[in-house]
Amino acid sequence: MREKAAAEPRLPGGRAMLLFAVIALMFTVLAGRALYLQGFDNAFLQERGAARYSRELEVPAHRGRILDRFGDPLAVSTPVKSLWVFPSQFQPTAPELAALARILDTTPQALAKRVAAADDFVYLAKQVAPEVSARAMALKIRGLNDENGYRRYYPGGEVTSHLVGFTGDGDAGQEGMELAQQAWLAGTPGSRRVIVNRRGEVVEDVASIRAPQEGHDLALSIDSRLQYLAFRELKAAIEKNKAKAGGIVILDARSGEILALANLPTYNPNGREKLARERMRNRALTDVFEPGSTMKPFTIAAGLEAGTITPHTVINTNGGVWQLGSNTIHDDHKEGLLTVEQVIQKSSNIGAAKIALGLPPATMWNALSDDGFGSPPGTGFPGEVSGRLRPAKTWRPIEQATMAYGHGLSVNLVQLARAYTIFAGDGDLKPVTLFKTDGPVAGKPVLKPQTAAAMRRMLEMVTQPGGTAPLAQVPGYRVGGKTGTAHKLENHVYVNKYVASFVGLAPLSNPRLIVAVMIDEPEGSSYYGGSVSAPVFSTVMGSALRMLGVPTDAPVNNVVLPPEAATVAEET
Amino acid sequence: MTRVNLVLLAIVVLCALSLVTSRHQARKRFVELERAQAQQRAYDTEYGQLTLEQSTWGMPARVERIAREQLGMQIPGPSRVEVVPAGAAK
Repeated sequence: MREKAAAEPRLPGGRAMLLFAVIALMFTVLAGRALYLQGFDNAFLQERGAARYSRELEVPAHRGRILDRFGDPLAVSTPVKSLWVFPSQFQPTAPELAALARILDTTPQALAKRVAAADDFVYLAKQVAPEVSARAMALKIRGLNDENGYRRYYPGGEVTSHLVGFTGDGDAGQEGMELAQQAWLAGTPGSRRVIVNRRGEVVEDVASIRAPQEGHDLALSIDSRLQYLAFRELKAAIEKNKAKAGGIVILDARSGEILALANLPTYNPNGREKLARERMRNRALTDVFEPGSTMKPFTIAAGLEAGTITPHTVINTNGGVWQLGSNTIHDDHKEGLLTVEQVIQKSSNIGAAKIALGLPPATMWNALSDDGFGSPPGTGFPGEVSGRLRPAKTWRPIEQATMAYGHGLSVNLVQLARAYTIFAGDGDLKPVTLFKTDGPVAGKPVLKPQTAAAMRRMLEMVTQPGGTAPLAQVPGYRVGGKTGTAHKLENHVYVNKYVASFVGLAPLSNPRLIVAVMIDEPEGSSYYGGSVSAPVFSTVMGSALRMLGVPTDAPVNNVVLPPEAATVAEET
Repeated sequence: MTRVNLVLLAIVVLCALSLVTSRHQARKRFVELERAQAQQRAYDTEYGQLTLEQSTWGMPARVERIAREQLGMQIPGPSRVEVVPAGAAK
């Protein structure tokens, strides 16, 4: 046996062949596998490989700021951090928890309770300043994580909230300009591919996948100083007159820019947990009201343009009561014969109605429509309304008569203020805007320059003794305007609730500003536009003109108050 | 022939070494760039916070309250205002 093996060391031929075949097969399998990995599965493997050293990082983009006309911020985004934990992974020692509580300005008990109350994921602190978060993270507590985010701050708070609006989840605008200009303000985060080392530090920038799109800044036409002034005076007037709501608009008479726009009630956009929808409405743009007598100048202007009257035409106001068909029109002040100028000065409903009825309905409709009534003011503000001006074909004579003194049609406050731009210059209706514009803006010609001048004279008479609004006078400046005291319409019935308004312009020698004040349901000692809204106009207009450095066009002792108003004069 | 090969080898080694140095340099520069960018972001953040702080302190409401309450200032009435016509200063 032994010799046989030594003599024949060779394997039997069959076994060798078998072994060779097996080894060859194994090599084929290997080659096939290699081919498969290299050729077919290669995309997946490369991806897995890259995952070990390559990362895609997000490049954050800011949301643009909202600025006033001088570049002061009205809405700013700043980066903030939020601290979060998984309760199961967060087991700090007592001193660690105490140190964390000190940094977060709370108590260890409160923190522990917060963690214990949650079962999955819990924020220990939301939207804290980055340095607070950095100090907390420096404690190196196991299980404590931080997260980046942005928070929007509104330095103007409740003063500018209706205009600016606010953003909601995911930095999306929800109200006001934040909503209207979302596309312009929003930034799109970019991303880039980088190579990281074992410790996760970025060592090389490979490629930018998407460049970040920074949000654009938005410059509004608002003047922060005038905005605050308007807000403060409106608030004071609403408290004094126990009114339900109110609005005020300051318009640049030359460019149509809205320099200030405030409404009450308002809200604070920086902390709006319990917020009624009601308070968020920008009433000056989204609510309509029947303007009352502030419409009369437009009726008179239409008559002057049509040539049916002159400022000195005499109209019989029938001693304050006039029967038109089955309806009766009343005047508060009983007068007899009045000139057209006096119709405005004394705010005679009968006078305005008679002038309106001297015009064909189509002519009057065209005139009012040219003044911007019945169409949206065009500010681009979300929810802006157009007001109502019914087609002339449907007017009955009594309706045409009531429209002459501002009933049976509706306007919003910005629209009303804008319409007064036709009296400010050479009779052009200026486009209104909430965005900063430079220099004078061309308007749409509506009145002849001499008609505009005649109207300014009439509006000035309103504020002089014998007019309805001596309280609108401003020391040092000639002012003109028109009062409005309108019954409110509830369920198609006029009730004994009022809207007291005043719209005016100054300085009359070269008008710069238009101020419109509307106070809803004043329930104090008086509800007349001349006693409720005109004083607001006077303070706001006076201070605004002084702030803007507009030269005076009258002596400072120009204010002449009739005796019954003398007691109120002490205020200014 | 051998000499040419040696020269080529030397050039290749030189190239390889310079590639190593330049990669190293690039990484170092990149780290610097990253740091500078982080710094820039930090400054941006700080700038945003400072503007915010400035406008919060400068709110007309606050300025007015301090002027009235702490400094005892008030808006002068018309009787205490003297108007100097423009052009009189010339």
